[in-house]
This record gives sequence, C-alpha cells and structure tokens, in this order.
Amino acid sequence: MAESPRVSDSTLLALNAPLPAAAESAEESSLYRKRMVRRFWQNRSAVAGLFLVLVIASLALFAPFIAPHDPNEQFTGKKFARPGAQFPLGTDSLGRDMMSRLVYGAQPSVGSAALATILITCIGITLGAWAGYSGGLIDDFIMRIVDTLLALPSLLLAIAIVGILGPSLINVILGAVCIWWASYARLVRGLVLEVRERPYVEAAVSIGVQTPRILWRHILPSIIAPIIVLASLEMGTLILIIAGLNFLGLGVQPPTAEWGAMLNQGRPYFQLAPEQMLYPGLMITITVLGFNLLGDGLRDVLDPRHTR
Amino acid sequence: MSLYIARRLVSLIPVLIGISLLAFLLGVLAPGDPAPALYKQITGSPAADPAAIEKFRVEYGLNDPLPIRYLRWAASALRGDLGYSYRSGRPILQEIGNNFIPSLQLALGGLFVAILIAFPLGIFAALLHNSLPDFGMRVFALMGAAMPSYWLAYLFILLFAVQLRWLPVQATGSWQALILPSLTLGIGGAAVLSRLLRSTMLDVLHEDYIRTARSKGLKERSVILRHALRNSLIPALTVLGGLFGSLLAGAVVVETVFSRPGLGSLITSAISFRDYPVIQGVVLLGGTIFVLINLLVDLSYTWIDPRIRLGGKGGIKSG
Repeated sequence: MAESPRVSDSTLLALNAPLPAAAESAEESSLYRKRMVRRFWQNRSAVAGLFLVLVIASLALFAPFIAPHDPNEQFTGKKFARPGAQFPLGTDSLGRDMMSRLVYGAQPSVGSAALATILITCIGITLGAWAGYSGGLIDDFIMRIVDTLLALPSLLLAIAIVGILGPSLINVILGAVCIWWASYARLVRGLVLEVRERPYVEAAVSIGVQTPRILWRHILPSIIAPIIVLASLEMGTLILIIAGLNFLGLGVQPPTAEWGAMLNQGRPYFQLAPEQMLYPGLMITITVLGFNLLGDGLRDVLDPRHTR
Repeated sequence: MSLYIARRLVSLIPVLIGISLLAFLLGVLAPGDPAPALYKQITGSPAADPAAIEKFRVEYGLNDPLPIRYLRWAASALRGDLGYSYRSGRPILQEIGNNFIPSLQLALGGLFVAILIAFPLGIFAALLHNSLPDFGMRVFALMGAAMPSYWLAYLFILLFAVQLRWLPVQATGSWQALILPSLTLGIGGAAVLSRLLRSTMLDVLHEDYIRTARSKGLKERSVILRHALRNSLIPALTVLGGLFGSLLAGAVVVETVFSRPGLGSLITSAISFRDYPVIQGVVLLGGTIFVLINLLVDLSYTWIDPRIRLGGKGGIKSG
C-alpha cells in the first residue's frame, strides 16, 4: 500500500488555503452553496467519483437483494465452477458463489473504512480544534503526539497495533483510527488558528459566547470544506490499508466475505484460477478509484486555484 | 548550515521520545503475562512454580510502576539492548539488523522504479499538456494510486513469470528476484510522483523566468532541464522523502507476497508467534530509521534550494 503515501504537506497546504470568506448574510451563504453545487456537477472527476462511490455503497447496502446466493453457502461438487446461469462469475475453492461474495464483501471492506473515517474525523476535529483554539501547553502536547504519529510509517504501525491487539476487524479499525487521526488534527489546528482571528469570532468572544458554542457554530462551518476533501481522499487510502490488513489475515476471519480476505484465500490457486484473485482486486481498485476521483473533484470544486 | 542541522536534530528529540513511548506502550498493551516467557529465557527452564515466577517478577522489576519500567526499558534500548526474541532467543537488534537490509533493498528498488517511470512521464505530460499522452499519464496516475500492491504483485507474476516466462515465479538471492517486487512497489509511487511532477512543471512553465529564458534564445532542452525541472524538484523531493518511507513500510506487504525476507516477514511471523518484543523493536527501530531518513531528505532541500537555510521563513513556495 505504498502506492498511497499519507497526504503530503503540499496537499495539506493546498487544503489549507481555500477558506471561504465569512458569509455576510444567510442569502449570500446560500448563493455560495448553490455555486459550489453547480461547480460540482460541472466537474467530471467529481461526478464520476460520486457515481462509482454510489454504486459500491448500494452494493453494500442492498447486498441481500443483489447477490444471487448466500455468500457462505457451499455448493458441493461445484468447486471452481465456470461462470454460467447459476453462478454469474463462477465459484471459489469451497464452491461458494463468487458474485455473491463480491457483493457482500462490500460491507466489511467499505463499511469498516467508512466507520474508521467517521471516528478519525471526529477525533481529529476535536483534538485539532482543542489544540488550535487553546494554544499553550495543550497545543504543544497534542501536536507532539501528532508529529510522532506522522513521522512514523503508518502501515507498519497499524500492523504492529493489530498484531498486539489480536486479529479481528474491530482491531483493524481501532489500529487505523489510532494512527490516522493525526493528519486531520494537524489540518484542523491550522485552519482554526486562521479562523480564530476573524472578526466574527472575535465578536462572538466579546459578547460572551461560550467556547464550545464558538467552535461549533462559528468556527466549524467555515473549516468543514477542507476536512471533507481530506476525508474523501483518505477514504481510498484507508480502504487499501484495511483490505491489506485483511489480506495479511489480521482482520476478518473466515468465512467472512471481504475483498482483502478473498484475495488471501485465492493465493494458493492463483496460477490455476487467476480470476479468484482478479475480481476482488478489481473491486478494491474501483472503490479506491471512486473515492480518489471524488476527493480530487471536491478539492477542485472548493479551491478553484487548484484546478487543472 | 551547521546551525540549521543542529536545530533540526534537536527538534527530533521529542519525536524520538514519542516513538519510544509508543513502542513501550505496545508492549504494555500486549495481552498475557510476559513473566513466564522471560523466566524461561533467562533461567533456561520453563516455569511451573507460581512462587518462582512471582519472585522473578520482583527481581526483574516487572511489578514496578510504568514510568520506572519505561525509563529502564528506554535506557537499555539506548545502549542497543532491545531484549531477546521469545521465539528464536536471539537479540532483537540482531534480528532486525538481518531483516532490515532486504527491506531497504526492496524500498530502494521501488524508489528507483518510481523515479524511472515518473520523471519522463511527468515531464512529457506537462510539455504535451492536454494531449493524448497527457491523458494517458493521468489515467496511469489514477490507476496506479488505486490498485492494491498486494494484488498488482500477482498480476505481474501472472504476466511476467507465468505467461511470458521472463522471470522466475519465486527466486531468492539473485538480482532477478528483486525485479518484480520493485516493480510492484514502484508503480504506486510512480503514480503519485508523476502526477506531482506534471502539475509543478505546469506551474513552473508559466513563470516569467521561463519566458525570459526562451526569449533570450536558450535551447528548449536547456530551458526545460536547467530552469523548469530544477524548480519543480523541490515539491517532488518532499514527496520522494515521504515516498521512500512509505515504500519501506509498503515493502512489508509486498515482501509477504513474494516470500522475501525482511521487516515485513519479521513482523508478520512475530505476530503469529506472539513474539511481542520483536514487534516493539520493529516499531522503535523502524520508526527511528524512518525519522532519520526524513531528516536527510529535509537537509537535502537546503542543498537544492538555499533559500531555506538562508531565509528561514517562506523558503518553499507551496502549491
């Protein structure tokens, strides 16, 4: 998974740049939103990404209606069956329907990455905003942890954490969350430092609005866009990492259908039956591609200077 | 310059302390009691008697408070003593030393492939902006970033070893054994790097000094190589440093696919044997090496871009 190094400094800087100016009125902010929505639909990469993400998400959500068979049902005497009417993509080494396993596999593969992203975003926003807004010792302390986590090879660390906690999908998610919040915290802290100085925040402080309310009502809305872009870009990385840990046998346990685990399961047969490994890998690629396109597109939409 | 290096070295200290705390905490989090395993290692006999284990625990300070245990552990780690592997009984430093070189070779191989692919691709895509080759390069960058390396590895084995029979499926020791793993590892890096080079080249090609260079009649080759490329190098180098680190970490997965020795095989086999001190050691040592490599990359910027060490602020133009 070296192919997706952590979002680099230059990307973070680019994400940092495009803060929309404070909306003067509700009318203006709705105008801004409309313009962004229009720009989104004009961006081919964003729309293509959204389409792929929606397709994969509906596979995960409606798996029972789409899959022709139960993903764990073993058809005796039908091992490595050719694709046909009964098994659209054939069967695996245990006579289980390939297509059903691919469809159901979307649930743990994408679901765990989505859950991890939600947790990471919450932790990253909370700690990053706390560090940026309060400054001083708390800032130093949180940022030293962030520096350490960003300085380490994340995949190696994730493998170590899951290895210590023991193999399970929950631990894979935990391991990813423990490490990946750091880049969000750094982004959020930088954004908060910038927005903190804005007149409307100062105004809110001077009329005695409490800090949590300032953060929630006044600061968060103006910094949410870059966070969404980062989350979308990192979703692809997380899917690759989580599927990779599953591939190494550190995550879901048999017979759970999950793309990374399916790749692992197809390994002994890859010369005789390459399609056992071809399909799950294609699913991962398509999903990651979808999120990357969506993230790129969103970044272009929210930061016109970045468009090319 | 030496002041700059000194400042960077000092700024490493908190990060290194953080890494050691993290590695230590991993050991604390490990399930089960380390005492019986350590007892067996030191006395040479498996412990059956709970009283003996308890006495051992007091003797070796396993009951001390965490901060004291951390300091003791960190002190011995600084002396190069990371403890012994539960499984092989060998010093962990030696185990990691033996396995680090193959991983480093693979990471360097991956980096070489990435540079070899990315530089021509990125530069030509920028020069031929919005043409068919440019489009092809963007598709390559998108696909390269989206494909899992552990899957790509098998596609390459199928193509080059099984279909074309150019290379052995599994070979260790020979230089041929490094080709497919490096290629697998390098493609993803090439995707990231070529994309970055393309966009920075496009930025730079619109700068005034490029127009000046062209208008004073310099050859296009010289404009591209001496003026445009050199200024595109800094962002590329930033990514290259991070890339090398992630290649080193990514090698962990690719290694297991190709059954190569290395840090990856070391940590995965340590996991399956619950050899926790080895996992701890890999995090501590791997992390430290990683940080030092990043430092070297940072220092190399100052060589390419003197503005950093002279100006301090606002050296690198971002974007």
